[in-house]
Parts: sequence; C-alpha cells; structure tokens
Amino acid sequence: MSTTESHVHGIGQSIKRKEDDRFIRGKGTYVDDISLPGMLHMAILRSPLAHAKLVSIDTTAAAALDGVVAVITGADLAAHNLAWMPTLSGDTQAVFVTDKVRFQGQEVAAVVAESAYVAYDALDLIEVEYDPLDVIVDPRKALEAGAPLIRDEKEDQTDNRCYHWESGDKGATDAAFAKAAVVVSLDTHYPRCHPAPLETCGIVADVNPATGKATLHLTSQAPHAHRTLFAIVAGLPEQNIQIKTPDIGGGFGNKVPIYPGYVAATAASLLIGRPVKWIESRSENLISTGFARDFHMSGDLALDNDGKMLALRVKLVSDNGAFFADAQPTKFRAGLFHIVTGSYDMPVAHIEADGAYTNKAPGGVAYRCSFRVTEASYLIERLVQNAAYELGTDPAALRFKNFIKPEQFPYKSATGFEYDSGDYPRALELALEQLGYNQLRQEQKKLREEGKLLGIGIASFTEVVGAGKSKEYDIAGLKMFDSAELRVHPTGKAILKIGVQTQGQGHETTFAQIVASELGIPSEDVVVQYGDTDNVPYGLGTYASRSTPVAGAATAVIARKLREKGRTLAAHLLEVSEEDLEWETDHFSVKGAPDKKVSIQDVAFAAYTNMPDGMEPGLEGVHYYDPPNMTYPFGSYLVAVEVDEGTGEWKVRRMVAVDDCGVRINPMIVEGQIHGGLTEGYAIAAMQLIDFDEEGNCIGGNFTDYLIPTAWETPHFETHETVTPSPHHPIGAKGVGESATVGSPAAYVNAVVDAVRHLGVTNIDMPVTSAKVWQAIQDAKT
Amino acid sequence: MDINVTVNSKPTSADVEPRRLLVHWLRDDLRLTATHVGCDTTSCGACTVLVDGTPIKSCTLLAVQANGREVTTVEGLATNGQLHPIQAAFKEEHGLQCGFCTPGMMMVTAALLEKNEDPSEEDIRWAISGNICRCTGYQNIVKSVELAAGQIKAERADATTA
Repeated sequence: MSTTESHVHGIGQSIKRKEDDRFIRGKGTYVDDISLPGMLHMAILRSPLAHAKLVSIDTTAAAALDGVVAVITGADLAAHNLAWMPTLSGDTQAVFVTDKVRFQGQEVAAVVAESAYVAYDALDLIEVEYDPLDVIVDPRKALEAGAPLIRDEKEDQTDNRCYHWESGDKGATDAAFAKAAVVVSLDTHYPRCHPAPLETCGIVADVNPATGKATLHLTSQAPHAHRTLFAIVAGLPEQNIQIKTPDIGGGFGNKVPIYPGYVAATAASLLIGRPVKWIESRSENLISTGFARDFHMSGDLALDNDGKMLALRVKLVSDNGAFFADAQPTKFRAGLFHIVTGSYDMPVAHIEADGAYTNKAPGGVAYRCSFRVTEASYLIERLVQNAAYELGTDPAALRFKNFIKPEQFPYKSATGFEYDSGDYPRALELALEQLGYNQLRQEQKKLREEGKLLGIGIASFTEVVGAGKSKEYDIAGLKMFDSAELRVHPTGKAILKIGVQTQGQGHETTFAQIVASELGIPSEDVVVQYGDTDNVPYGLGTYASRSTPVAGAATAVIARKLREKGRTLAAHLLEVSEEDLEWETDHFSVKGAPDKKVSIQDVAFAAYTNMPDGMEPGLEGVHYYDPPNMTYPFGSYLVAVEVDEGTGEWKVRRMVAVDDCGVRINPMIVEGQIHGGLTEGYAIAAMQLIDFDEEGNCIGGNFTDYLIPTAWETPHFETHETVTPSPHHPIGAKGVGESATVGSPAAYVNAVVDAVRHLGVTNIDMPVTSAKVWQAIQDAKT
Repeated sequence: MDINVTVNSKPTSADVEPRRLLVHWLRDDLRLTATHVGCDTTSCGACTVLVDGTPIKSCTLLAVQANGREVTTVEGLATNGQLHPIQAAFKEEHGLQCGFCTPGMMMVTAALLEKNEDPSEEDIRWAISGNICRCTGYQNIVKSVELAAGQIKAERADATTA
C-alpha cells in the first residue's frame, strides 16, 4: 500500500476535510435546522421524583391552551400498544409512565403544539399526582435482600438484579492466586458520566397521512438499526420508514439508543397527520438519555516476586439504572469488559459482573469507547501502578516486564480475545523518550525534597474495536457487519454510499481517500453519502470505533472488486490479456510497455460505452463486510502533573500520547480524533460527574453542574505515533476514535496519585477534584 | 413588540413576542440556522453572535433587547462569497469536527481579533473559554485562531502599504 499517491489524494495524506466547506459557512443541516410546512413542536413532561406510583394525570387545562394540538400520556400510548419498547440489551423500557416512575426525569406526558413556546407553557398546566416510593441509588444496596423492587412489572423479577455474567477460568485463577507471592488490590468506582454531545438528541417525525410513509429526521448514530427497531416497536412496515440523519453535532455513544421522545413524536405525527419536531433541552439530555460507566470494580492482581503477572481477578457491580439499556452485543452482558487483562501477558483471569437496577436513568452507552473497554482499561492500568509501588519497581519497568511481546501476536488472551497485532514496548519506549521520563523522575525526587509535588502517570492501553465478527457480535439481534456501495459514473467520478454515520469524524473525506488509493479516482472526485436509509446500504452504524475497521474495509473490498472488473475492461481496450496488465495508482499499463496504458477514467467510460461482449455493463457494486476479527489499537500515554499540597489543585504539565491505530488514512483527522479523546479522558478524570442524592435527584443535570473542560483547563497534548498494521484488515487500519478516551483517564489519575503516594495516598476515585485530592492528603496524614 | 435590528448588515423589522429569545428569532423566524443551541444555562457558547461587535450568547438575550442594534452571525462573516480569514483558518488547521460549536467559536474569534491582532495562546484560550467544544480538544481551534490572526494582520499590513 503506497502512501505517496499524491495526485489522487489517497491514504496517508492529510487533505483538508470536504465537510468543512458547509460547516464554516454555517450551512450544516442539523436536525433542529429542519423546518417543514405545518410542523408542530413537542415538549415532554418529566417526573420530578425518582420512584413513585403514578396516581393520576389531569391534562384538561393543558389541552385547552390556545395552540395546543394534543396532549399525550402513557395511557394514550398504551391504547396503541406503544407504552413500552424494547431496549438494545433485550430489556423493556417505558416510553411514557403508565404504572410508576422509576427515575427522575422519566417521561410522563408530552404536549404537541403549534410552537415550542406554547408546548412548554402547556407542560406547566398538566397536573400529576404521585405517590412516592423508597428510592435506591446505590447498586450494591439495590442487590441486597429486601430492597424495594424497581422492576415490579416484570414477570419472574423478584429482585433488582438485571444480569450476572462471568468470563475466564475461576478455578485456574484461584489456584494462581493461592501460589502468588504478591497480591495487589484496588476498589474503585468508575463514576457515572454522560457523553453530552454539544447537539442534544432530537427528531423531526414526518408521517405522510396520504402515503403512510414515515420520514424520520433523527439524531442517530445507527440509522438502519433504528429503522428496523422502529418497524418492530411501532409496527410500521419497514419499507415505509426512512431514517434521515443529516449533520450530527457529536454522538460519542449518546445517539445509539432509541429514546422515548423519538417514539412519542413519531406516534404524534402518525396520529395527527402533521410533522412533529422534538428537540430535547440540555437538562433533558443529561438526566434522561444514555449515560456511561457507573461500574463499581474490585480488582486483584497476582504477581510473583520478580513482578511477573500471574492472574487477574475482578468483581464488579454495574449500575444500569431503571432499565437495562446498554448498547452492546447480546452475549456480553458487561460489554467487552473482559479485555481487562489489557496489554499484559496474563496467564489466567476471571471476571464476575452483576448488573443492578437502580432509580437512575437507563443507558450504559459506550461513551467514546467500545462497549465497557474504558472501565477495563482504567482498572488494569491503575492496578499495574499499584503493583509497581508494592514491589518497589518503576511502573514503566513493570509494564515492560509483562507486556505481550511483539512475537506473541496473534495473541490469545485469558478471556478469549485474539489480539491481532501490536508492539507495546515500542510505543512505551517512544513515550518515555518524548517525555524525558528519567530526567523527570529525578526532578520529582528533587522537588519532593523541597516539599513540592510532581507526579508521573502511565497508561499503556489496548483497545478492542471494530465489531463484529457477526458470529459473536450483534446489537439487538442485528449482526454487526457493515457495507459500502460504490458507483463509478461514465466520466470516472464516483459516489460511495456507506452504512456508517459520521458525527464529526470526517467520513466524507477519509472514505473518499480509501477509494482514491484502491481505485485511483482522486478523492475530490468521490462523493461519500450516508445517513439516509432509502439511499445507502444497510449498516450497523458508527460507534465503538467501527467505521474504519468495518465500513472502511467494505469500501476497500468493493473498490478492489471494481478494479478487477476494470482490469478486464482495460485488457479489452488495450487488446492484451489481463495477465499482461499491471495496476499503478490510477491506471493499467502493459507489462514492459508502460506507455501503453489506460486510466481508470478511460476504463469507467468503457464500462458504459465499449464493454467486451457478454460483460455486464456498468461499474458499480456493493459489498457487505463481515470482519474476521476485531482490531486492537493500542498506545502509551504519559502525564506529568503538579499538585498543590495546600489546595489539592492539580495541573497537567506535560501530556505525551503515543497512539498506534495501524495505518492512518488521514493523519490530520486521526490526530484531531486523538486530541478530542484525550480531552474527554481528562474531563472524566477531572470533572465530569452525574451524581445523585439519596432521593434520586440528579446532580449534574446541566452544564453548570456537569462540568465540561473549556480551552482554559484543557491541557496541551503532544502526540506521536507508531504504526503496526492490522494483519486482517484490507488496508491495515484499526480505528482510532476512542483510543484516547479509553486509555487516558488512568494516566491522569495515576499521575495525581503518583504525586501524593509518598504521603500515604493509595487511591483517589474519579473525578479527581482538588477537594478530593486535598481530603486524601489530609486522610493520609491522620 | 416591534423591533428594528440590523442583521448581517441588513435592516430587519419584526413584531416579536417580548419573551422570544434572540437565538430563536434568528434561527426560527429569520431561518439563520448557523447559530446553534447547545445548553439551557448560557454555558456552551454555541449560540454566540456579535451584538454591536461584542460577543453575546444569544440564548440569554431577548430579541427585543437587540432593538436598534447590529447583530452579526456566521452567515454575515463571508463577504461577496469570499471566506473570512477566520473561516478559512478553521478549515486549514482542522479546527472543527462535528461543526456544531464552530459558528460560536468563529464569532468569539472575530471579536477577539478585532481587539487584539496578535493574541498569545493564553489570550486565545481565555477568549474562547466561554465556548464548549466536545470534539477537538481545542488545540486545533487555538491553531486556527493563530493562523487567522496572522492572515488578518498581513491583510491589514498589505492594505496600509497599498
């Protein structure tokens, strides 16, 4: 694979993004920008209580308000069999409350009105009587005997357990621990946070009363999957549902689930016969839509006296909220958490996970991560640092000792993953060198003598992305493959249609670059289309860093198929046999006679004007790609922080990130993805928290409570790369959108703990606020 | 209430409900949808526009408060189809990903560079700290602003020489 095909602007070139031309002019089309003739506006009434019986709803005054077209309650939806809907994890979720409220912010009723202002006015006129019930916000208490039953409507549900799941070998793990010289432990909570894309969720539902066609303009990361689920939920014929996902203002996993507002707006449009727009507010987004993490983890790492890892044992309790709505493959109840052995050659491991229902919003989305890999990466990287302290070893040295070695790939992990490729020592070496690790350790020592606190944190993560293969991975039963359809026009210009969905990743640019490298059509001549289920082939959507690993592969494969057809056409045009031809960048030439050549544009023209006898006309095709394996991006992140002992305040002095995501299609875009991921990792480590009081009131329901880093707090990042191609991916790419969010939180937290470790601090849970650091220092002193 | 506002250099009159927010008037009534809404608490800055040259979060100003004033949105940045140097710089330095915060970021940049033609990184980070971006980590936004500053300064120098 050449990366220097300059004139076709293919793989390896940092060409500027095509999509920017509309965004910088303010000409993007986000869902809220859509305005249709006769469009109505919907607003949702939400429960102020977290657990309460619904006694009565009086909508009379709201319905009578001038401009109100309809008021919809759970009873109304129940009359159309729409009061409940399936979740992505095989559970059911209330669309609107019919029996009792199960979390604060749950959908109780909606108003549809001529304007959004009137709709919100009318919400104030709905009178609801609740009968409060005991609230549970701690999943460990929820699993205790005698806890109030949250899911009392489910047959056979007698407690608040939503799943129990195990992975690995318990017997072998216990045996290894029995022999271990050293065992280090860490109890930690990976707190609940929220992806909070800057654009909230919304829909413009347009059901045409004459034709029955439902056109849903939707903030969706997975338009086809949503179409199928809508067909199942609403009972609409799937051929009459068109999901259109225009420009999406960030997703980060938040736009993978189907939300009650989508269903209600669609039902309203169907019943009223006019388009209905629903755009949630920021508070609605934070309190009711897909949260992330909320894992209470307890990890034990067994090592021998030399620091060689022997076994890993993890028990975790997952807080799933009121409905089990994690967006993840069916057979893995705790997502891909069992990648928790990380970058290390771990002989055995055992993971035990229990999911609990609580009176909190449902979700469990993969927030810029591949199905719970973030929690796993955090735990092992924190444990490794603790092990280094315990053994009196340098944390980098302990990692080098235990890394899976380059020659061990493909590597079968203790919990069943087959890592495709990696060179972990090289990435860490590069990061250490760029940071000037040894000098910094010396400076740390010197500063300590002066009473100043400097800490260095390391995280050497391994991710697992690009689901499926379809045999093992699905979402709500839909197998995880993806697709690409390539149409080359007679003049040699092309349209590529893909089943994945950009939310800012730059697919219009990078996917055109794949076509350019594989088929020789300059990327500026390739238009990339997505986000319209009537127009593009079926796909499972964009999350879990799967666009490049799956749809990117599909694109490469279909481009190669068309190139092979092109070879036949070229042989016909040049009157030679196909074996006599060779392909170079953008043309076929006769071996030994390079001047005898035809360009891909000539070939495309011939496909419509001068094909050989018997050849099917045209130069188009579609490919559905079922990956043989996941891809395993990796890297090493180093963070140096300065901590003020008096206030607990910490500042990042240096952040060095070495990422290996295999072949980089557009290095500029890859680097941008890494910057964004490192920022979200910092945000999670430092400030982002969705918390609850004992009454189940959500604390963190707006941007003054749910803190997002601005340019002022965000560190400067120093990014570097190594390239270890994926051996099974057609272009060797692995996916990169989430690596930095997965890997970096542990690096930041490790750095802060490293700064105060000598004072006796062993752990600070995220978000690592200055108050918590200060308190940890005080606690250690006493 | 009747209001007269100059929007992107164009005199605009309207009868608006007193409680109508400026951002809703711009987006829903004038269909200037470049200006976005990202929060309810004046925190995110996606709705930033210039009012008499000052960056204002248009979700926190009533349309009637703009009466008699001059409002500039991203739609008013380019002149005669020619991109403003800020717009060109955001593309050049990959200062945007999903594009949702971008209009607000460009408007605060415009206000910054009007006051400070040679801002330091610290000046820039402070100036854009009322605007949230969830995609870029700000680093390339800072680079975009630096590039734009250089371009504008060079253009001004050219204009002076000419």
